[in-house]
Amino acid sequence: MSDAPLIEVKDLGVRLNTSRGPAQAVRGVSFALRRGETLGLVGESGCGKSVTALALMGLLPESAVVSGSIRLDGAELVGLPDAAYCKLRGNRISMIFQEPMTALNPMHTIGHQVAEPLRRHTGISAAEAQQEAIALLDRVGLPDAAKRIDAYPHQFSGGQRQRITIAMALACQPDVLIADEPTTALDVTIQGQILDLIASLVEERGMSMILISHDLGVIAENVDRMMVMYGGTVVESGATDAVFRRMGHPYTQGLFRARPRLGARKGTRLKTIAGTVPELADLPAGCTFADRCAIVEARCRAALPAVVDVGAAHGVRCIRTDVSMAAGGSSA
Amino acid sequence: MSAPLTASAATAAIAPGAMPATGFWRRALRHRSFVLGAVLSLSVLGAALLSLVWTPWSATDIDIASKLRPPSAAHWLGTDVLGRDIVSLLLVGARSTILVGVIAVGIGLSFGVCLGLVAAARKGWTEELIMRMSDFTFAFPAVLSAIMLAAVAGPGMVTSITAIGIFQIPTFVRVTRGSANAIWAREFVLAARAAGKGSFRITIEHVLPNILSILIVQATIQFALAILAEAALSYLGLGTQPPQPSWGRMLNDAQTLLFQSPMLAVYPGAAIAIAVLGLNLLGDGLRDLLDPRLARER
Repeated sequence: MSDAPLIEVKDLGVRLNTSRGPAQAVRGVSFALRRGETLGLVGESGCGKSVTALALMGLLPESAVVSGSIRLDGAELVGLPDAAYCKLRGNRISMIFQEPMTALNPMHTIGHQVAEPLRRHTGISAAEAQQEAIALLDRVGLPDAAKRIDAYPHQFSGGQRQRITIAMALACQPDVLIADEPTTALDVTIQGQILDLIASLVEERGMSMILISHDLGVIAENVDRMMVMYGGTVVESGATDAVFRRMGHPYTQGLFRARPRLGARKGTRLKTIAGTVPELADLPAGCTFADRCAIVEARCRAALPAVVDVGAAHGVRCIRTDVSMAAGGSSA
Repeated sequence: MSAPLTASAATAAIAPGAMPATGFWRRALRHRSFVLGAVLSLSVLGAALLSLVWTPWSATDIDIASKLRPPSAAHWLGTDVLGRDIVSLLLVGARSTILVGVIAVGIGLSFGVCLGLVAAARKGWTEELIMRMSDFTFAFPAVLSAIMLAAVAGPGMVTSITAIGIFQIPTFVRVTRGSANAIWAREFVLAARAAGKGSFRITIEHVLPNILSILIVQATIQFALAILAEAALSYLGLGTQPPQPSWGRMLNDAQTLLFQSPMLAVYPGAAIAIAVLGLNLLGDGLRDLLDPRLARER
């Protein structure tokens, strides 16, 4: 594992043009990912997780304005022409999507869909690509891959389809895999299998992975480092165990308390975070979480708080870490 | 929808490797409306082909002495007001019907689908420009553009085909662009882009196959409309010129004699109905047969 980052994101900002006017969907996101490292993105719907992922893939709508810098092996991706981006997508950066039911084209056989990126990026013959596709489908645990290569997506279950999309994403041995809620649409029993599969493939191939999820449990078990996003900003980032041990941001604590727990007394109500996610089109001036925060002060609303280092490579975007971390430590 | 799907997934697990190429015709022959549509459409095509080599009488020979005859052994469906044999007229008329339909729909389909696909793939001002242009074209009915064309190039079959074809373009642009936009919004297109495909390849490999069934059904409807438009233009004297027979002309010739010999209107009317019905059934059948999701349930 070399020390030079494979992906380096600096001060990434994305402005989307929505029907309600321009919305700053992502602000000041920075991180670096080395080869073989895994990073988790956690947050509620609409916090900018997926927009960050799409920005990395260069798949944002054309009206979106991307600022900052994304470097892959030192090469700048922001502002890269689409033709050049097409050569990277699926080849060096791949993505697995949330909905396996819709991520496959119903009109093509799965063999065709898995072999396609191979032929496209590596220029091997159709027969070789077919063999490779069978091997890949075998590897992702699709039963009877050789026989079912000519079947259509609707003939598979959700879990099987997600295995197929994983095979598609991995076909060209990408350096970076972005998994956007890969198990959200699946049964709980299948979720574990798919996550284990992804984890073993990531390790086996030495890929870097960015795993996006709203599920803290999924993040805790599958990534080395994590970033908690809220309102388009990263409110906390650090090594996964450090973040779970010393939750520095009131939002991280809120997320943690809101997860259901096995063995809790019957009738125990889940703690929710009061209020709703702010509209990205009119974000508050200061801390984006201010309106829902229990320990908010006047100065929180003045300006976006700077990142405070609370440990080794553990940063929290909160000016009240003294209070929040004391309270968070006791309740967790 | 979900119940048959799970059932089909279960059967697929037992019998993997669905839809071999040879299976298409086996399924096609079991598809009732496809078979009926194919038979009707092929009979129209057969009539047109037959007329090239044989007709009971000449379709252009006028025999006033034996006008408006009832059906007999010599004239199976009788004769019209000029003494022409109805069967022969119908057979030869099928030619102009097919010619007009095929070429006009061909013009509409090729231009319309290309423009619609470009509009959906490019978005932005390209889409805006294409859609406004097609709105502009749509504002001129086929009859109006045929009159304008006839003023320039003279009336005739070519004029009417061109006018009908141009009139069909905006319909195809709209249908194509609408359904293509729906496909572009699907996640598998995003996945295809994530796999590094450009918009041209996505259009060819993902968008077009998924909207093909819609286009086929639309084409059969447009074919029917083209036949009717040709009949209307022939009535106005802008379409097929006498003595060349066409079903539309026959229908309009019969109009003045509706109370004396109503059957004169019934024959070409029935012929048009058969062609239109056959095409619609054929289109429906093709839509079902071309969709792998529906394939197993037949």
